[in-house]
Amino acid sequence: MTKDRTVIRHTFSVLTDNEPGVAARIIGLFSGRGYNIDSMTVAEVDPEKNLSRFTIVTTGTEMVLEQIRHQLERLVSSRAVKDLTAEGPHLERELALIKVKGEGAKRIEALRLADVFRARVVDSTLESFVFEVTGSTEKVNAFISLMKDLGIVEVARTGVAAMSRGAKGM
Amino acid sequence: MSTETTMNGAQLLLRALGDQGVDTVFGYPGGAVLPIYDELFKQNSIRHILVRQEGGAVHAAEGYARSTGKVGCVLVTSGPGATNAVTGLTDALMDSIPIVCLTGQVPTHLIGNDAFQEADTTGITRPCTKHNYLVKSVADVSRIVHEAFYVAKSGRPGPVVIDLPKDVLFAQGPYTPPPPAGKEHKNYRPRLKGDLRAIEEAVALMAKAKKPLFYCGGGVINSGPRAVQLLTEFVKLTGFPITLTLMGLGAYPASDRQFLGMLGMHGLYEANWAMHDCDVMIAIGARFDDRVTGKLDAFSPGSKKIHVDIDPSSINKNVRVDLAIVGDCGHVLEDMIKVWKARQAQPDKKALAEWWRKIGEWRARDCLKYKSSKELIKPQYALERLYHHIKDKDFYITTEVGQHQMWAAQFLKFEKPNHWMTSGGLGTMGYGLPAAMGVQIAHPEALVIDVAGEASILMNIQEMSTIAQYRLPVKAFILNNEYMGMVRQWQELLHGGRYAESYMDSLPDFVKLAEAFGAVGLRAEKPGDVDGLIQEMIKVKRPVIADVRVDKAENCFPMIPSGKAHYEMILGDEAAKTGEQKVSEDGMVLV
Ligand SMILES: Cc1cc2nc3c(=O)[nH]c(=O)nc-3n(C[C@H](O)[C@H](O)[C@H](O)COP(=O)(O)OP(=O)(O)OC[C@H]3O[C@@H](n4cnc5c(N)ncnc54)[C@H](O)[C@@H]3O)c2cc1C
Ligand SMILES: Cc1ncc(C[n+]2csc(CCOP(=O)(O)OP(=O)(O)O)c2C)c(N)n1
Ligand SMILES: [Mg+2]
Repeated sequence: MTKDRTVIRHTFSVLTDNEPGVAARIIGLFSGRGYNIDSMTVAEVDPEKNLSRFTIVTTGTEMVLEQIRHQLERLVSSRAVKDLTAEGPHLERELALIKVKGEGAKRIEALRLADVFRARVVDSTLESFVFEVTGSTEKVNAFISLMKDLGIVEVARTGVAAMSRGAKGM
Repeated sequence: MSTETTMNGAQLLLRALGDQGVDTVFGYPGGAVLPIYDELFKQNSIRHILVRQEGGAVHAAEGYARSTGKVGCVLVTSGPGATNAVTGLTDALMDSIPIVCLTGQVPTHLIGNDAFQEADTTGITRPCTKHNYLVKSVADVSRIVHEAFYVAKSGRPGPVVIDLPKDVLFAQGPYTPPPPAGKEHKNYRPRLKGDLRAIEEAVALMAKAKKPLFYCGGGVINSGPRAVQLLTEFVKLTGFPITLTLMGLGAYPASDRQFLGMLGMHGLYEANWAMHDCDVMIAIGARFDDRVTGKLDAFSPGSKKIHVDIDPSSINKNVRVDLAIVGDCGHVLEDMIKVWKARQAQPDKKALAEWWRKIGEWRARDCLKYKSSKELIKPQYALERLYHHIKDKDFYITTEVGQHQMWAAQFLKFEKPNHWMTSGGLGTMGYGLPAAMGVQIAHPEALVIDVAGEASILMNIQEMSTIAQYRLPVKAFILNNEYMGMVRQWQELLHGGRYAESYMDSLPDFVKLAEAFGAVGLRAEKPGDVDGLIQEMIKVKRPVIADVRVDKAENCFPMIPSGKAHYEMILGDEAAKTGEQKVSEDGMVLV
């Protein structure tokens, strides 16, 4: 039996009925079976058909990732499950709000870096900014780590929203 | 909405149950479900069986469901009623038994207030049900009931909870009749037909096999009598050997020559060796449980594995297979037979003959052999005699959990499905007596026997009172070794004979206990008493507790200790020579 123990990171999209307890079912499934959740986002995406969409970033061996997909599919409330990472090119975006406090040169440097990362200033006072940055997780990480030295007060991140490239839907 | 079609929630519920074909509900009343009991009182089509503890209700419904192929139905009150049902629900989930459990709930406006007898039932039961519902509006009652029955019985069956707040039961609402076929659920539609190309590939693999083995399980029984019939036909057609899991017993006639017996931890020598040595494994409706596989990386190392299962999550969960076929085993078997016949597949006769010769050698090892005794009743002997006396009757067997359960699996023979009810996945002591009660309700004329251990049966002994009330002639056949024998066996073999807390002190006098419940008590103390006891037990048309005093030191073999491979199986005569078994640290942590 070949057992590949390499742990890899995959992103899943899950379309479910928007009903009470669905998020608890999914979180319970992950915690009960010992799977990781690196990030999970959810919102209603089709009010008419009453559908919610979860984006779940998780890590595991190939066998575990296959289990995760099947376990998600098996939920009675789930409509469609896609392993975006396995299925080809896809987009991942997250949004972060970053509050930075600083004066003088640091303040100017923060603004300059924000410009490089195409982060927007969404709030400012004489001693602080709130930046909004969107992009891949790596880009957001890079921006936050650069801001560390420039006086980060707090960070809020949405987690990943993702979909496949090209014309086809879920 | 015309007034004729509106009813209160409790009436809507009963009407929906009726339309789902429910004739029996196992339950226990309480404040939150009184409106339902009030409606039950006013009607005659649904029979309510009053258990003595809600845990008993769920096991009874499991016995009813497994022995009929129908959905079992349970009704309990809020709070403690619901929490008492949790073990049974988990049991049904693990063993894929279709159950609909109705739980009372505090009125909607009090939910979340720590109201009297409030429990977060949907929260508590989420991980131990296939699906659950909290009904927030009376308009949803009947629709949800129909959907719940559909979910419970389709695909991989399982338990479904419907939590019903009391105000919803009183409110007036319209009735929704059962939806037409194909419209039972907006999206839950498990795949039944297997992929034809995969089936063709499977047949090609099978036709080339030199050492093939069918490994089948509870899924075949879940699928129904047609699947069982097709399995038998296919096994005959191919001439291949077949082994069954604990949950699969009865899916293939036990007396047939091609049947190698149960495999796994306490499976037969020939079955485990065939599993280890086979070159093509055809797994159908079995889930590669750890009791079956033993040490994973030594499990059937040289075989190509074909796996048919309706639940994709059962595939590649523990063991990587070479060919997966997702679908209902009845449908898939039908196609497999068609393809096999169309190809006029001719297995390698010479290789097969050689394989059967090898199997014959393993069989000759006679792994269930035990040392008989003139003084002590050997539990194996008691079961051999039991089988002798019941084999020509319409019998149903349930069990508790422990050594007696494994001996029952080894020594009793099941020719047809749905006649063997045991707690496999969860291993719930206390399952057997209430399960037998449920079986007897469904089959009033049949001989229903709970093969029990003295420790297990005490876990739900209160159900003797239910058995008495409904005059159910259930027989509790206790192999009384005054020990939690299975625990004692592990302590003897793996923990240096330190029998911590496994001795059953202060046991009741089971004969008097039977009498106290209005049943018949019988006892056998010497091998010579056994036949008489069994004959008497069968003859009396009343409930019986039979206290069979068996050898306290007997161990159940063959045994593959946890974490060991099939080839490391211990046999009875060898164990007698070698004493304590060396189990690796990895193995010790396993259960
Ligand atoms: C003390 C003790 C000792 C035990 N020792 C052993 C032992 O030695 N040997 C042994 O075998 N077991 C043993 N067990 C039982 C074991 O724990 C498992 O319960 C059992 O092996 C599982 O049986 P199964 O694989 O047939 O699966 P089940 O639990 O019956 O599951 C059925 C499988 O079939 C699938 N299925 C359901 N419906 C369909 C359908 N319509 N079509 C296709 N597939 C379907 C399901 O998805 C699932 O994968 C023991 C239990 C106890 C308590
Ligand atoms: C509810 C529950 N608690 C504990 C166990 C662990 N356990 C498995 S077998 C067993 C002993 C059963 O003893 P008995 O019913 O006398 O059967 P025997 O093994 O002696 O035949 C125990 C305690 C269990 N399976 N279920
Ligand atoms: Mg015992």
